[in-house]
Amino acid sequence: MWNVEVSSECIGSGVCAGTAPRHFALGPDGRSRPLASLVEPDDAVLGAAASCPVEAITVTDADTGAPVDD
Amino acid sequence: MTAPDDATSVTFPLPPAPSIYHPTPRLAELRANRPVAEVTLRDGSTGWLVTRYADVRQVLIDPRFSRAAAASSSASDTGLAMVATDSILGMDPPEHTRLRRLVAGAFTARRVEELRPKVAALVDALLTDLAAKPRPVDLVEHFSLPLPVRVICELLGVPPEDQHVFHAWSDTILSDAGADPAEIRAAMGNLAVYFGKLIADKRATPADDLMTALIAARDDQDRLTEKELVNLGFGLLIAGHETTANQINMFLLTLLHFPEEYERLAASPELVPRAVEELMRFVQLGEGSGLPRVTTEAVELSGVTIPAGAVVMTSMVAANRDESVFTDADRLDLTREITQHLGFGAGAHHCLGAQLARMELQEALRGLLRHLPGLRIAVPDTELRFKTGMIVRSLRTLPVTW
Repeated sequence: MWNVEVSSECIGSGVCAGTAPRHFALGPDGRSRPLASLVEPDDAVLGAAASCPVEAITVTDADTGAPVDD
Repeated sequence: MTAPDDATSVTFPLPPAPSIYHPTPRLAELRANRPVAEVTLRDGSTGWLVTRYADVRQVLIDPRFSRAAAASSSASDTGLAMVATDSILGMDPPEHTRLRRLVAGAFTARRVEELRPKVAALVDALLTDLAAKPRPVDLVEHFSLPLPVRVICELLGVPPEDQHVFHAWSDTILSDAGADPAEIRAAMGNLAVYFGKLIADKRATPADDLMTALIAARDDQDRLTEKELVNLGFGLLIAGHETTANQINMFLLTLLHFPEEYERLAASPELVPRAVEELMRFVQLGEGSGLPRVTTEAVELSGVTIPAGAVVMTSMVAANRDESVFTDADRLDLTREITQHLGFGAGAHHCLGAQLARMELQEALRGLLRHLPGLRIAVPDTELRFKTGMIVRSLRTLPVTW
Protein backbone atom coordinates (compact mmCIF):
# COMPACT_ATOMS: atom_id res chain seq x y z
CA MET A 1 0.00 0.00 0.00
CA TRP A 2 1.00 3.59 -0.54
CA ASN A 3 0.60 6.68 1.61
CA VAL A 4 -0.46 9.80 -0.31
CA GLU A 5 -0.05 13.31 1.07
CA VAL A 6 -0.65 16.81 -0.27
CA SER A 7 1.44 19.50 1.43
CA SER A 8 0.49 23.09 2.22
CA GLU A 9 2.51 24.13 -0.84
CA CYS A 10 -0.57 23.27 -2.93
CA ILE A 11 -1.70 26.19 -5.10
CA GLY A 12 -4.96 24.60 -6.22
CA SER A 13 -4.02 24.24 -9.88
CA GLY A 14 -6.29 21.20 -10.06
CA VAL A 15 -3.72 19.28 -12.09
CA CYS A 16 -3.94 16.24 -9.77
CA ALA A 17 -7.75 16.29 -9.55
CA GLY A 18 -7.92 16.42 -13.35
CA THR A 19 -5.22 13.79 -13.78
CA ALA A 20 -6.26 11.28 -11.10
CA PRO A 21 -9.84 12.09 -10.10
CA ARG A 22 -10.21 8.80 -8.21
CA HIS A 23 -7.42 9.88 -5.87
CA PHE A 24 -7.56 13.69 -5.51
CA ALA A 25 -10.24 16.34 -5.16
CA LEU A 26 -10.23 20.05 -4.36
CA GLY A 27 -11.62 21.07 -0.99
CA PRO A 28 -13.76 24.11 -0.19
CA ASP A 29 -10.55 26.17 0.08
CA GLY A 30 -9.74 25.26 -3.52
CA ARG A 31 -6.72 23.21 -2.48
CA SER A 32 -6.21 19.53 -3.15
CA ARG A 33 -6.46 16.67 -0.73
CA PRO A 34 -6.15 12.92 -1.27
CA LEU A 35 -9.50 11.14 -1.24
CA ALA A 36 -7.80 8.39 0.78
CA SER A 37 -4.39 8.64 2.41
CA LEU A 38 -3.76 4.90 2.11
CA VAL A 39 -4.17 3.52 -1.43
CA GLU A 40 -3.41 0.48 -3.56
CA PRO A 41 -0.45 1.19 -5.85
CA ASP A 42 -1.76 3.00 -8.94
CA ASP A 43 0.29 4.67 -11.66
CA ALA A 44 -2.26 7.49 -11.85
CA VAL A 45 -1.12 8.67 -8.39
CA LEU A 46 2.51 8.84 -9.52
CA GLY A 47 1.47 10.63 -12.71
CA ALA A 48 -0.40 13.23 -10.70
CA ALA A 49 2.53 13.67 -8.30
CA ALA A 50 4.98 14.08 -11.19
CA SER A 51 2.67 16.62 -12.87
CA CYS A 52 2.17 18.85 -9.81
CA PRO A 53 3.62 22.30 -10.57
CA VAL A 54 4.77 22.83 -6.98
CA GLU A 55 5.76 19.24 -6.09
CA ALA A 56 3.19 19.22 -3.29
CA ILE A 57 2.32 15.52 -3.55
CA THR A 58 4.37 12.84 -1.79
CA VAL A 59 3.84 9.13 -2.27
CA THR A 60 5.54 6.75 0.15
CA ASP A 61 5.51 3.00 0.71
CA ALA A 62 3.18 2.45 3.67
CA ASP A 63 5.35 -0.33 5.09
CA THR A 64 8.81 1.12 4.71
CA GLY A 65 8.11 4.86 4.49
CA ALA A 66 10.40 5.00 1.45
CA PRO A 67 9.45 7.50 -1.27
CA VAL A 68 7.83 5.97 -4.34
CA ASP A 69 9.27 7.80 -7.33
CA ASP A 70 7.83 8.30 -10.79
CA MET B 1 -29.91 47.73 -15.89
CA THR B 2 -29.72 44.82 -18.21
CA ALA B 3 -32.92 43.07 -19.12
CA PRO B 4 -33.18 39.39 -18.23
CA ASP B 5 -31.22 37.67 -20.89
CA ASP B 6 -33.11 34.51 -21.55
CA ALA B 7 -34.59 34.81 -24.99
CA THR B 8 -32.09 36.24 -27.46
CA SER B 9 -29.84 33.79 -29.22
CA VAL B 10 -26.11 34.05 -28.59
CA THR B 11 -23.64 33.56 -31.39
CA PHE B 12 -20.09 32.55 -30.56
CA PRO B 13 -17.48 33.98 -30.73
CA LEU B 14 -19.00 37.12 -29.19
CA PRO B 15 -18.33 40.46 -30.92
CA PRO B 16 -14.97 42.01 -29.91
CA ALA B 17 -14.77 43.92 -26.64
CA PRO B 18 -14.86 47.72 -26.99
CA SER B 19 -11.80 48.06 -24.72
CA ILE B 20 -8.55 46.14 -24.38
CA TYR B 21 -8.75 46.57 -20.60
CA HIS B 22 -12.07 44.82 -19.88
CA PRO B 23 -14.04 41.85 -21.21
CA THR B 24 -16.99 42.61 -23.44
CA PRO B 25 -19.97 43.65 -21.23
CA ARG B 26 -21.94 40.87 -22.90
CA LEU B 27 -20.00 38.36 -20.79
CA ALA B 28 -21.11 40.02 -17.54
CA GLU B 29 -24.74 39.87 -18.76
CA LEU B 30 -24.43 36.20 -19.56
CA ARG B 31 -22.68 35.45 -16.24
CA ALA B 32 -25.54 37.14 -14.37
CA ASN B 33 -28.48 35.88 -16.39
CA ARG B 34 -27.47 32.84 -18.37
CA PRO B 35 -24.26 31.44 -16.84
CA VAL B 36 -24.49 28.24 -18.89
CA ALA B 37 -25.65 29.58 -22.24
CA GLU B 38 -26.53 27.64 -25.34
CA VAL B 39 -24.72 29.34 -28.23
CA THR B 40 -24.60 29.10 -32.00
CA LEU B 41 -21.09 28.43 -33.28
CA ARG B 42 -19.52 29.77 -36.46
CA ASP B 43 -20.48 26.68 -38.46
CA GLY B 44 -24.10 26.89 -37.30
CA SER B 45 -23.83 24.06 -34.80
CA THR B 46 -24.75 24.38 -31.14
CA GLY B 47 -22.37 24.77 -28.22
CA TRP B 48 -22.39 25.95 -24.61
CA LEU B 49 -20.62 28.95 -23.09
CA VAL B 50 -19.81 28.85 -19.36
CA THR B 51 -18.98 32.12 -17.57
CA ARG B 52 -19.17 31.71 -13.76
CA TYR B 53 -15.97 31.07 -11.84
CA ALA B 54 -17.15 27.88 -10.10
CA ASP B 55 -18.55 26.41 -13.32
CA VAL B 56 -15.52 27.33 -15.44
CA ARG B 57 -13.20 25.80 -12.87
CA GLN B 58 -15.30 22.65 -12.80
CA VAL B 59 -15.32 22.29 -16.59
CA LEU B 60 -11.54 22.66 -16.66
CA ILE B 61 -10.97 20.05 -13.93
CA ASP B 62 -13.84 17.56 -14.31
CA PRO B 63 -12.81 14.66 -16.62
CA ARG B 64 -16.35 14.43 -18.03
CA PHE B 65 -15.37 17.49 -20.10
CA SER B 66 -12.96 15.92 -22.55
CA ARG B 67 -10.26 17.60 -24.62
CA ALA B 68 -9.64 14.39 -26.58
CA ALA B 69 -13.28 14.24 -27.65
CA ALA B 70 -13.14 17.92 -28.66
CA ALA B 71 -9.87 17.52 -30.56
CA SER B 72 -11.20 14.61 -32.60
CA SER B 73 -14.36 16.51 -33.52
CA SER B 74 -14.54 19.67 -35.61
CA ALA B 75 -15.18 21.73 -32.47
CA SER B 76 -12.80 24.44 -33.58
CA ASP B 77 -10.86 25.34 -36.68
CA THR B 78 -8.14 27.57 -35.24
CA GLY B 79 -4.47 26.83 -35.78
CA LEU B 80 -4.07 26.20 -32.08
CA ALA B 81 -6.85 23.63 -32.21
CA MET B 82 -5.13 22.00 -35.20
CA VAL B 83 -1.90 21.79 -33.21
CA ALA B 84 -3.88 20.57 -30.23
CA THR B 85 -5.36 17.69 -32.18
CA ASP B 86 -1.95 16.08 -32.51
CA SER B 87 -0.53 17.10 -29.18
CA ILE B 88 -0.73 16.92 -25.43
CA LEU B 89 -3.43 19.63 -25.56
CA GLY B 90 -5.73 17.23 -27.37
CA MET B 91 -5.37 14.32 -24.96
CA ASP B 92 -7.10 13.21 -21.76
CA PRO B 93 -5.48 11.32 -18.89
CA PRO B 94 -3.95 8.75 -18.87
CA GLU B 95 -2.45 9.44 -22.36
CA HIS B 96 -2.05 13.11 -21.43
CA THR B 97 -0.32 12.17 -18.17
CA ARG B 98 2.20 9.99 -20.01
CA LEU B 99 3.51 13.08 -21.84
CA ARG B 100 2.95 15.68 -19.12
CA ARG B 101 4.99 13.81 -16.52
CA LEU B 102 7.96 13.77 -18.92
CA VAL B 103 8.15 17.55 -19.05
CA ALA B 104 6.47 18.77 -15.85
CA GLY B 105 9.63 18.34 -13.79
CA ALA B 106 11.43 21.01 -15.82
CA PHE B 107 8.72 23.58 -15.01
CA THR B 108 8.12 23.14 -11.28
CA ALA B 109 8.38 26.10 -8.92
CA ARG B 110 11.63 24.74 -7.52
CA ARG B 111 13.29 24.29 -10.92
CA VAL B 112 12.05 27.69 -12.08
CA GLU B 113 13.57 29.37 -9.02
CA GLU B 114 16.95 27.98 -10.06
CA LEU B 115 16.59 29.88 -13.34
CA ARG B 116 15.63 33.18 -11.70
CA PRO B 117 19.14 34.69 -11.34
CA LYS B 118 19.84 34.04 -15.01
CA VAL B 119 16.52 35.54 -16.07
CA ALA B 120 17.08 38.60 -13.86
CA ALA B 121 20.51 39.08 -15.45
CA LEU B 122 18.99 38.76 -18.93
CA VAL B 123 16.36 41.37 -18.03
CA ASP B 124 19.12 43.70 -16.83
CA ALA B 125 21.17 43.20 -19.99
CA LEU B 126 18.22 43.74 -22.35
CA LEU B 127 17.05 46.85 -20.51
CA THR B 128 20.55 48.32 -20.22
CA ASP B 129 20.85 48.08 -24.02
CA LEU B 130 17.34 49.38 -24.53
CA ALA B 131 17.89 52.41 -22.27
CA ALA B 132 20.88 53.47 -24.38
CA LYS B 133 18.81 53.67 -27.58
CA PRO B 134 17.24 56.81 -29.03
CA ARG B 135 13.63 57.19 -27.88
CA PRO B 136 11.02 56.02 -28.57
CA VAL B 137 12.13 52.39 -28.49
CA ASP B 138 10.11 49.36 -29.58
CA LEU B 139 9.60 47.29 -26.43
CA VAL B 140 8.49 44.24 -28.46
CA GLU B 141 11.69 44.01 -30.48
CA HIS B 142 14.07 44.86 -27.68
CA PHE B 143 12.53 43.38 -24.57
CA SER B 144 9.15 41.67 -24.39
CA LEU B 145 9.83 39.20 -27.23
CA PRO B 146 13.55 38.43 -26.81
CA LEU B 147 13.20 37.78 -23.06
CA PRO B 148 10.82 34.78 -23.23
CA VAL B 149 12.31 33.57 -26.53
CA ARG B 150 15.77 33.31 -25.01
CA VAL B 151 14.46 31.69 -21.81
CA ILE B 152 12.45 28.96 -23.57
CA CYS B 153 15.17 28.42 -26.19
CA GLU B 154 17.77 27.86 -23.50
CA LEU B 155 15.49 25.55 -21.54
CA LEU B 156 14.63 23.46 -24.61
CA GLY B 157 18.03 23.68 -26.27
CA VAL B 158 16.88 25.60 -29.36
CA PRO B 159 19.38 28.11 -30.82
CA PRO B 160 17.87 31.56 -30.08
CA GLU B 161 19.37 32.94 -33.30
CA ASP B 162 16.83 30.77 -35.17
CA GLN B 163 14.09 33.03 -33.78
CA HIS B 164 13.62 34.75 -37.12
CA VAL B 165 13.00 31.31 -38.68
CA PHE B 166 10.39 29.99 -36.29
CA HIS B 167 8.65 33.14 -35.13
CA ALA B 168 6.58 33.65 -38.31
CA TRP B 169 5.46 30.00 -38.27
CA SER B 170 4.51 30.40 -34.63
CA ASP B 171 2.42 33.49 -35.48
CA THR B 172 0.58 31.60 -38.21
CA ILE B 173 -0.23 28.73 -35.88
CA LEU B 174 -1.61 31.10 -33.25
CA SER B 175 -4.02 32.58 -35.80
CA ASP B 176 -7.65 32.87 -34.88
CA ALA B 177 -10.36 30.89 -36.65
CA GLY B 178 -10.74 32.28 -40.14
CA ALA B 179 -7.07 31.96 -41.09
CA ASP B 180 -6.30 29.79 -44.10
CA PRO B 181 -6.03 26.18 -42.82
CA ALA B 182 -3.57 25.38 -45.63
CA GLU B 183 -1.22 28.11 -44.36
CA ILE B 184 -1.50 26.80 -40.81
CA ARG B 185 -0.74 23.26 -41.97
CA ALA B 186 2.27 24.55 -43.92
CA ALA B 187 3.58 26.38 -40.84
CA MET B 188 3.13 23.26 -38.73
CA GLY B 189 4.92 21.23 -41.39
CA ASN B 190 7.82 23.69 -41.41
CA LEU B 191 8.13 23.61 -37.63
CA ALA B 192 8.01 19.80 -37.65
CA VAL B 193 10.85 19.71 -40.21
CA TYR B 194 12.82 22.24 -38.13
CA PHE B 195 12.37 20.17 -34.96
CA GLY B 196 13.16 16.95 -36.82
CA LYS B 197 16.53 18.40 -37.74
CA LEU B 198 17.10 19.78 -34.23
CA ILE B 199 16.34 16.34 -32.75
CA ALA B 200 18.77 14.68 -35.16
CA ASP B 201 21.46 17.18 -34.10
CA LYS B 202 20.77 16.52 -30.39
CA ARG B 203 20.89 12.77 -30.94
CA ALA B 204 24.36 13.25 -32.42
CA THR B 205 25.44 15.76 -29.79
CA PRO B 206 23.43 15.49 -26.54
CA ALA B 207 23.32 18.56 -24.31
CA ASP B 208 21.99 19.52 -20.89
CA ASP B 209 18.54 20.63 -22.04
CA LEU B 210 14.91 19.49 -22.14
CA MET B 211 14.94 18.29 -25.78
CA THR B 212 17.91 16.01 -25.01
CA ALA B 213 16.04 14.66 -21.95
CA LEU B 214 12.93 14.02 -24.06
CA ILE B 215 15.01 12.27 -26.73
CA ALA B 216 16.40 9.99 -24.01
CA ALA B 217 12.85 9.26 -22.80
CA ARG B 218 12.03 8.18 -26.35
CA ASP B 219 15.20 6.32 -27.29
CA ASP B 220 16.01 4.68 -23.95
CA GLN B 221 12.56 4.14 -22.47
CA ASP B 222 10.13 4.31 -25.43
CA ARG B 223 7.83 6.61 -23.44
CA LEU B 224 6.69 8.64 -26.45
CA THR B 225 6.58 8.33 -30.23
CA GLU B 226 8.83 10.27 -32.60
CA LYS B 227 5.84 12.34 -33.72
CA GLU B 228 4.91 13.11 -30.11
CA LEU B 229 8.51 14.15 -29.48
CA VAL B 230 8.45 16.58 -32.41
CA ASN B 231 5.01 17.99 -31.54
CA LEU B 232 5.89 18.37 -27.87
CA GLY B 233 9.06 20.26 -28.81
CA PHE B 234 7.43 22.81 -31.05
CA GLY B 235 4.37 23.07 -28.82
CA LEU B 236 6.59 24.07 -25.90
CA LEU B 237 8.49 26.53 -28.07
CA ILE B 238 5.33 28.27 -29.28
CA ALA B 239 3.55 28.21 -25.94
CA GLY B 240 6.70 29.37 -24.22
CA HIS B 241 7.18 32.68 -25.91
CA GLU B 242 4.18 34.23 -27.67
CA THR B 243 1.94 34.27 -24.59
CA THR B 244 4.60 35.61 -22.22
CA ALA B 245 5.81 38.25 -24.69
CA ASN B 246 2.33 39.62 -25.17
CA GLN B 247 1.49 39.33 -21.50
CA ILE B 248 4.46 41.61 -20.72
CA ASN B 249 3.01 44.14 -23.20
CA MET B 250 -0.51 43.83 -21.83
CA PHE B 251 0.72 44.10 -18.22
CA LEU B 252 2.48 47.36 -19.05
CA LEU B 253 -0.44 48.79 -21.03
CA THR B 254 -2.87 47.88 -18.27
CA LEU B 255 -0.66 49.30 -15.50
CA LEU B 256 -0.26 52.57 -17.39
CA HIS B 257 -4.01 52.72 -18.01
CA PHE B 258 -4.47 52.70 -14.22
CA PRO B 259 -1.66 55.13 -13.31
CA GLU B 260 -2.40 55.12 -9.56
CA GLU B 261 -1.76 51.39 -9.49
CA TYR B 262 1.39 51.85 -11.55
CA GLU B 263 2.64 54.53 -9.13
CA ARG B 264 1.83 52.30 -6.19
CA LEU B 265 3.90 49.48 -7.69
CA ALA B 266 6.77 51.81 -8.57
CA ALA B 267 6.82 53.03 -4.96
CA SER B 268 6.57 49.52 -3.49
CA PRO B 269 8.33 47.00 -5.73
CA GLU B 270 7.91 44.37 -3.02
CA LEU B 271 4.31 44.18 -4.28
CA VAL B 272 5.50 42.66 -7.57
CA PRO B 273 4.63 38.98 -6.88
CA ARG B 274 1.13 39.90 -5.73
CA ALA B 275 0.77 42.37 -8.60
CA VAL B 276 1.60 39.63 -11.12
CA GLU B 277 -1.24 37.47 -9.75
CA GLU B 278 -3.71 40.36 -9.87
CA LEU B 279 -2.61 41.28 -13.38
CA MET B 280 -2.95 37.63 -14.47
CA ARG B 281 -6.54 37.79 -13.22
CA PHE B 282 -7.33 41.17 -14.69
CA VAL B 283 -5.47 41.56 -17.98
CA GLN B 284 -7.23 40.75 -21.24
CA LEU B 285 -4.51 38.83 -23.05
CA GLY B 286 -7.13 37.17 -25.20
CA GLU B 287 -10.86 37.52 -25.57
CA GLY B 288 -11.51 33.95 -26.45
CA SER B 289 -12.39 30.95 -24.41
CA GLY B 290 -9.38 28.70 -24.61
CA LEU B 291 -9.77 25.25 -26.06
CA PRO B 292 -13.24 23.70 -26.20
CA ARG B 293 -14.22 20.55 -24.34
CA VAL B 294 -16.82 17.93 -25.29
CA THR B 295 -18.97 16.25 -22.64
CA THR B 296 -18.62 12.48 -22.33
CA GLU B 297 -21.98 12.28 -20.52
CA ALA B 298 -24.78 14.67 -19.54
CA VAL B 299 -23.57 17.09 -16.83
CA GLU B 300 -25.52 19.61 -14.75
CA LEU B 301 -23.91 23.02 -14.19
CA SER B 302 -25.66 25.89 -12.35
CA GLY B 303 -28.96 24.05 -12.77
CA VAL B 304 -28.58 23.60 -16.53
CA THR B 305 -28.18 20.12 -17.99
CA ILE B 306 -25.60 19.99 -20.76
CA PRO B 307 -26.23 16.87 -22.86
CA ALA B 308 -23.60 14.26 -23.67
CA GLY B 309 -21.47 15.03 -26.72
CA ALA B 310 -21.90 18.81 -26.39
CA VAL B 311 -19.16 21.34 -27.23
CA VAL B 312 -18.44 23.45 -24.12
CA MET B 313 -16.48 26.72 -24.10
CA THR B 314 -15.18 28.31 -20.91
CA SER B 315 -14.66 32.04 -20.57
CA MET B 316 -11.70 32.48 -18.24
CA VAL B 317 -11.90 36.27 -18.58
CA ALA B 318 -15.54 36.21 -17.42
CA ALA B 319 -14.72 33.85 -14.54
CA ASN B 320 -11.84 36.07 -13.44
CA ARG B 321 -14.28 39.00 -13.09
CA ASP B 322 -16.89 37.01 -11.12
CA GLU B 323 -18.00 39.21 -8.21
CA SER B 324 -18.96 36.18 -6.13
CA VAL B 325 -15.24 35.32 -5.91
CA PHE B 326 -13.41 38.63 -6.46
CA THR B 327 -14.83 41.65 -4.66
CA ASP B 328 -15.02 44.69 -6.90
CA ALA B 329 -13.81 42.40 -9.66
CA ASP B 330 -13.63 45.04 -12.40
CA ARG B 331 -11.14 47.09 -10.39
CA LEU B 332 -7.41 46.50 -10.73
CA ASP B 333 -6.07 46.29 -7.16
CA LEU B 334 -2.44 45.23 -6.93
CA THR B 335 -2.70 44.66 -3.19
CA ARG B 336 -5.55 42.20 -3.60
CA GLU B 337 -4.91 38.94 -1.76
CA ILE B 338 -5.66 36.72 -4.63
CA THR B 339 -5.83 32.99 -4.85
CA GLN B 340 -6.65 30.72 -7.71
CA HIS B 341 -7.44 33.06 -10.56
CA LEU B 342 -7.95 31.22 -13.82
CA GLY B 343 -5.32 33.10 -15.81
CA PHE B 344 -3.40 29.84 -16.23
CA GLY B 345 -6.49 27.66 -16.51
CA ALA B 346 -6.96 24.69 -14.17
CA GLY B 347 -7.04 20.91 -14.19
CA ALA B 348 -4.94 18.46 -16.18
CA HIS B 349 -4.21 21.13 -18.81
CA HIS B 350 -3.31 23.91 -16.32
CA CYS B 351 -0.56 25.90 -18.06
CA LEU B 352 2.59 23.78 -17.95
CA GLY B 353 4.73 26.92 -17.97
CA ALA B 354 2.75 28.80 -15.30
CA GLN B 355 5.58 28.94 -12.75
CA LEU B 356 8.09 29.96 -15.43
CA ALA B 357 5.75 32.65 -16.76
CA ARG B 358 5.16 33.98 -13.23
CA MET B 359 8.88 34.27 -12.62
CA GLU B 360 9.56 35.91 -16.00
CA LEU B 361 6.70 38.37 -15.49
CA GLN B 362 7.94 39.24 -11.99
CA GLU B 363 11.48 39.85 -13.21
CA ALA B 364 10.23 41.78 -16.26
CA LEU B 365 8.15 44.11 -14.09
CA ARG B 366 10.96 44.62 -11.56
CA GLY B 367 13.35 45.40 -14.40
CA LEU B 368 11.04 47.88 -16.12
CA LEU B 369 10.40 49.71 -12.84
CA ARG B 370 14.09 49.87 -11.96
CA HIS B 371 15.62 50.67 -15.34
CA LEU B 372 13.01 52.94 -16.87
CA PRO B 373 11.44 55.21 -14.24
CA GLY B 374 8.73 57.35 -15.79
CA LEU B 375 8.12 54.73 -18.48
CA ARG B 376 5.18 55.51 -20.76
CA ILE B 377 3.73 54.40 -24.08
CA ALA B 378 4.84 56.78 -26.83
CA VAL B 379 1.62 56.50 -28.87
CA PRO B 380 -2.07 56.80 -27.93
CA ASP B 381 -4.09 53.58 -27.60
CA THR B 382 -5.73 54.26 -30.95
CA GLU B 383 -2.35 53.87 -32.64
CA LEU B 384 -1.51 50.53 -31.07
CA ARG B 385 -1.23 47.99 -33.87
CA PHE B 386 -2.25 44.46 -33.02
CA LYS B 387 -1.67 41.60 -35.41
CA THR B 388 -5.01 40.64 -36.87
CA GLY B 389 -6.66 37.31 -36.26
CA MET B 390 -4.56 36.11 -33.33
CA ILE B 391 -5.96 34.20 -30.38
CA VAL B 392 -3.96 36.45 -28.03
CA ARG B 393 -3.66 40.23 -28.29
CA SER B 394 -0.36 40.37 -30.09
CA LEU B 395 1.27 43.75 -30.68
CA ARG B 396 3.35 44.36 -33.80
CA THR B 397 5.29 47.06 -31.95
CA LEU B 398 5.02 48.89 -28.65
CA PRO B 399 6.84 52.23 -28.82
CA VAL B 400 7.84 53.39 -25.33
CA THR B 401 9.67 56.36 -23.91
CA TRP B 402 10.61 57.52 -20.38
